[in-house]
Amino acid sequence: MLEINNLHISIAGKKIIDGLSLTVADGEVAAIMGPNGSGKSTLSYVIAGRADYEVTEGSIRLDGVDLLDKTPSERAALGLFLVFQYPLEIPGVTTMTFLKAALNAQRKARNEDELSIPDFMRRVRGAASKLNIPLDMLKRPVNLGFSGGEKKRMEILQMALLEPKFAILDEMDSGLDIDALRVCAEGVNALRSKDRGLLVITHYQRLLDYIAPDSVHVMSRGRIVKSGGPELALELEKSGYADYIEEAA
Amino acid sequence: MAAVQETVDKVKTLDVDAYKYGFFTDIESDKAPKGLDEDTVRFISAKKNEPEWMMEWRLDAFRRWLTMTEPKWARVHYPPIDYQDLYYYSAPKSAEGPKSLDEVDPELLRVYEKLGIPLREQELLAGVQPDPNARKVAVDAVFDSVSVATTFKAELARAGVIFCPISEAIQTHPELVKKYLGSVVPVTDNYFATLNSAVFSDGSFVYVPPGVRCPMELSTYFRINEKNTGQFERTLIIADKGSYVSYLEGCTAPQRDENQLHAAVVELIAHDDAEIKYSTVQNWYPGDSEGKGGIYNFVTKRGDCRGDRSKISWTQVETGSAITWKYPSCILRGDDSRGEFYSIAISNGWQQVDSGTKMLHLGANTSSRVISKGIAAGHSQNTYRGQISAHRKAVNARNFTQCDSLLIGNKCGAHTVPYIEAKNSSALFEHEATTSKISDDQLFYCMQRGLSAEEATALIVNGFVRDVLQQLPMEFAVEAQKLIAISLEGSVG
Repeated sequence: MLEINNLHISIAGKKIIDGLSLTVADGEVAAIMGPNGSGKSTLSYVIAGRADYEVTEGSIRLDGVDLLDKTPSERAALGLFLVFQYPLEIPGVTTMTFLKAALNAQRKARNEDELSIPDFMRRVRGAASKLNIPLDMLKRPVNLGFSGGEKKRMEILQMALLEPKFAILDEMDSGLDIDALRVCAEGVNALRSKDRGLLVITHYQRLLDYIAPDSVHVMSRGRIVKSGGPELALELEKSGYADYIEEAA
Repeated sequence: MAAVQETVDKVKTLDVDAYKYGFFTDIESDKAPKGLDEDTVRFISAKKNEPEWMMEWRLDAFRRWLTMTEPKWARVHYPPIDYQDLYYYSAPKSAEGPKSLDEVDPELLRVYEKLGIPLREQELLAGVQPDPNARKVAVDAVFDSVSVATTFKAELARAGVIFCPISEAIQTHPELVKKYLGSVVPVTDNYFATLNSAVFSDGSFVYVPPGVRCPMELSTYFRINEKNTGQFERTLIIADKGSYVSYLEGCTAPQRDENQLHAAVVELIAHDDAEIKYSTVQNWYPGDSEGKGGIYNFVTKRGDCRGDRSKISWTQVETGSAITWKYPSCILRGDDSRGEFYSIAISNGWQQVDSGTKMLHLGANTSSRVISKGIAAGHSQNTYRGQISAHRKAVNARNFTQCDSLLIGNKCGAHTVPYIEAKNSSALFEHEATTSKISDDQLFYCMQRGLSAEEATALIVNGFVRDVLQQLPMEFAVEAQKLIAISLEGSVG
């Protein structure tokens, strides 16, 4: 369960998140929608532990464990995963090497044994085939020269392998055509389970056609201004964000 | 109080300094008196029981050296070296020349063990049957200037390959030594090479006869141990017509406060259709976190592609030393000959690296390739200095140079100084250079996947140097990868 309580965040003295509270239960898929500049991406970075943000107040807990004093890698080992809006390229490091390093680093942090090579390969093959990722692609350097769709599929592949307790999808639909979106969304849906919470951050209703949320939250000026069920997303699609922006002001 | 002070000192010596190989081995050494004059040169020559011609060669070099001045053009800064304040010869006690491992000082073997050197002799001694499928590596172990164990000699001898300490070659193969020593790096070449010619202590000698493919990788591990001892290794490798040899050189040294001078000379000669591959992993003590101590490494390495269609390839992983001054070069004399230089130079802390290569195209249709990866972290300065030149007769000379620098943090520096010179219009030289920084975004991405900041940095750096790592023989590539991670410890966060 992810619990965010009265979170206040500034960057270089400017307030970005202003008293945000949100709880996502195990097995729940929560969507956060909001206009550009409402602080959605900042929220995902702060949950994952990126430096440069100043948390002035509030708390973030994953299954009761306070995340704010943990490093990004410690948070990852606790089961937090972020699907990046713009996945990074790492020249010279093959995707396979990267996957193995990440998986084993997390296992080590949890005092588990490293995976044997055959075990690891079996898992990679299984996960890759579900996402239509040819194994040859995993011999290429991480995200280097990949299309937008390929990059996002790689993110979902990593999520499938790392089996996080909680995942945040930061504008997963950006840069995806409709076919790529469907493949990725199916990948995510396959990873839905009663133990795993998801936070889906998006501008558009479109993504939520594929990944059906249990709850929808509207974010504006750094706080949640309205919460509801899936119908809230449809309503937003029709009326836009204008009303909520005024409300928050 | 004295006891307390002693404890404090003891704790200090056990300090956090991360240099893994920083231990001191207590072996009483047999050393020349401090300082350098003609008598020192004679002492060394006498110690080695050298013939008259060798001693004269050394003395000529010494007299020449007296007329020379230390070069100052490199981008490195260090206090003046007092050449009279150094010892120029030291040998472990067992220097009489062990006939077998039984005679080798067990202390020495323990040192190698600590370093993780795969000295197969140890296995043989312990009665371990070597895996017949394992790749064979012959080790000519140089411990403080004197070779103490040479392995696989018999198998090499069957192939006709001569692999022995150069001091031994001077006795047993004087005609080869006379013919080739100083023929690539002349006695008068440069200040440090000339010094080496006068006082060189020992090193390796390799001769591969015509048409022979050396049946194993040859390797030497260097280790500087004696306090205040300059190390003056001398290596000579000759690949006769149509032969092939791959040579590995690896170095570690114990931690020390005084700076240690190292001025080695390596000469390679490749005749017609011959190929020499020379790989180095260098991990000498770089100095402590304040920049104190560390090895001064002034090395002259040069290969002569003397014959047509010959090939010489240098691969180096440089992570250690306080100061590195090193330019493994190729003289492409034979027509259609080829030179290669693959380099990874990592500097951290207060290290200063000025390294690169020279590719001198003399023959027709000669080609060369230079891939240099410099990584600077901490307060270090990392310079690539390379010269590519084509002479008048070097028609159709080709060179490709790629020179990439990676910066970690904002207190270090990376510099690229290429010299490109073509004296005929058919030469085609390409030079590419990039400078980049590990971005916070990249680090955050890796850390989000579970890697610590240090693991993430090592991973990204390993990716950056991958092209060069692939050139290393397998056993070295693994070691090099570990070394890269060790050298960058403490460079982030």
